Amino acid sequence: MSGKRKVRARVLHQKMIAPDIYDMWLSTDLAKTAGAGQFIGVYPKDKAHLLPRPISICEVDREKNALRIVYRIAGAGTAEFATWETGQEAELLGVLGNGFPVDQGQKKKVALMGGGIGIPPMLQLAKQLKAADSEVAIVLGYRDGQLFLKEDLEKHGTVYIATEDGSAGIRGNVLNVMNEEQIKADVIMACGPMPMLRAIKSYAEDEQIEAYISLEERMACGVGACLGCVCKTTHKDAHSHVNNARICTDGPVFDVREVEI
Amino acid sequence: MNTKVEIAGVEFKNPVMTASGTFGSGVEYSDFVDLNKLGAVVTKGVANVPWPGNPVPRVAETYGGMLNAIGLQNPGIDVFVERDIPFLKQYDTKIIVNVCGKSVEDYLEVVERLGDTQIDMLEINVSCPNVKEGAIAFGQKAESLYDITSQIKAKARQPVIMKLSPNVTDIGEMAKAAEAAGADAVSLINTLTGMKIDIHKRAFVLANKTGGLSGPAIKPVAVRMVYQASHAVKIPVIGMGGIASAEDAIEFLLAGASAVAVGAMNFVNPYATMEVAEGIEAYMKKYQIEDISELIGGVKE
Repeated sequence: MSGKRKVRARVLHQKMIAPDIYDMWLSTDLAKTAGAGQFIGVYPKDKAHLLPRPISICEVDREKNALRIVYRIAGAGTAEFATWETGQEAELLGVLGNGFPVDQGQKKKVALMGGGIGIPPMLQLAKQLKAADSEVAIVLGYRDGQLFLKEDLEKHGTVYIATEDGSAGIRGNVLNVMNEEQIKADVIMACGPMPMLRAIKSYAEDEQIEAYISLEERMACGVGACLGCVCKTTHKDAHSHVNNARICTDGPVFDVREVEI
Repeated sequence: MNTKVEIAGVEFKNPVMTASGTFGSGVEYSDFVDLNKLGAVVTKGVANVPWPGNPVPRVAETYGGMLNAIGLQNPGIDVFVERDIPFLKQYDTKIIVNVCGKSVEDYLEVVERLGDTQIDMLEINVSCPNVKEGAIAFGQKAESLYDITSQIKAKARQPVIMKLSPNVTDIGEMAKAAEAAGADAVSLINTLTGMKIDIHKRAFVLANKTGGLSGPAIKPVAVRMVYQASHAVKIPVIGMGGIASAEDAIEFLLAGASAVAVGAMNFVNPYATMEVAEGIEAYMKKYQIEDISELIGGVKE
């Protein structure tokens, strides 16, 4: 039993923190077991849109039994979520996915890399790594000067910034920052768009650094049954026997050496 | 109150099943559902060898439903027999194994392998719209359906359900072909072939371009086809297509289905199967129905 459940939660508060990017706290028992890199399915109330939207967990507050999600409006479902107000009920499926292997970063130098809407899961990860006595460098890649979550992240490690348009930090991407700032790490943990993850995979393999990346794909069930969200794996996995791991259950976090992206 | 139904000599504690491909082999949903409460678990399609399935994206949401083009990814019959059947045998539910193939020989190989296993029925997938060879190629012409059904019936040691495609002109004719070839039952509907285009990227949403449409959006089509099929043949019909609630399931029973399956709605509400089973009992209580057989085909003409 994995303890996955569909539950009713309540919106504690929500605000827009950058254009099209929303920051919402939800009161839910799922907070009891949620960890960095895991995600929840959030259900639209509009029944024309049936499937739960997979959204990464940004922060967990166990004392208040609350989860924080920071998401970008990507379609009708997330556009509806952005209208939710304090006190409103929400249906969630969770806790889903494996999460980042915080133990692998314990007492080591860990570089966290977040790109765009891959930044939110870095917050809970940085918190947990700090608690595990890791030395945390947080490298963030933004499109422009809308540096959402930067201040939250600065509480848990040294933050470096790259922007595509050069409006803040270094012009370029997270790997430009790694090179220019000469950041050395024992372990990399990352989430972001596929081109960034591909570049990190080749960087980690060249530099022979252990690296874990969080993947994204269109999903239906979120629990490993529909086989919608697969990615190619290097080795034959125990479930599919055809080198197809399920991002929702075998992932979303994979050792870069295990996946072909 | 009796909720038991019998299909081809197999007794089900209630008429609620899972639709193939939406429930794996039950492992993933056993976190949510007490499998002992289901009439049967119908497994994801299994072939003679492992199939990798289609490239991603494989799924897309549509209005009131979804498209999928998984392409029958499966680990092959060897793994299935060693891993999935023993898992399901732990539960007090019937096991129906969905079989897929690219050629008649592929199907026969799987059917023969399953012959000496402890499963209850076979469901033959001749209606998946997402693979290039086999599957739906056998299920869109009455003659080919008749041919493959007869060959499978000659080898099968368990009762055979033929799963029919809705992507045909006359569903009654297809059901009759299956019946004439000796099928013990038919199940319908599989998904309706559909397509979705991303207007911003001017590209197909699914890598496979087309996919199978399922979910509440297809339910009226499914109810109509179950009604037509059950009037065309004497063998039992298992009804599915967009069932989300007990009310939906009862519609299918009244239209002529002897059992029903919950498909895409498992993805939306992982408890859907159990809720449907409980809801049918509540309906029977409310209308003082002693035996579920009173509902089957019970719509007033």
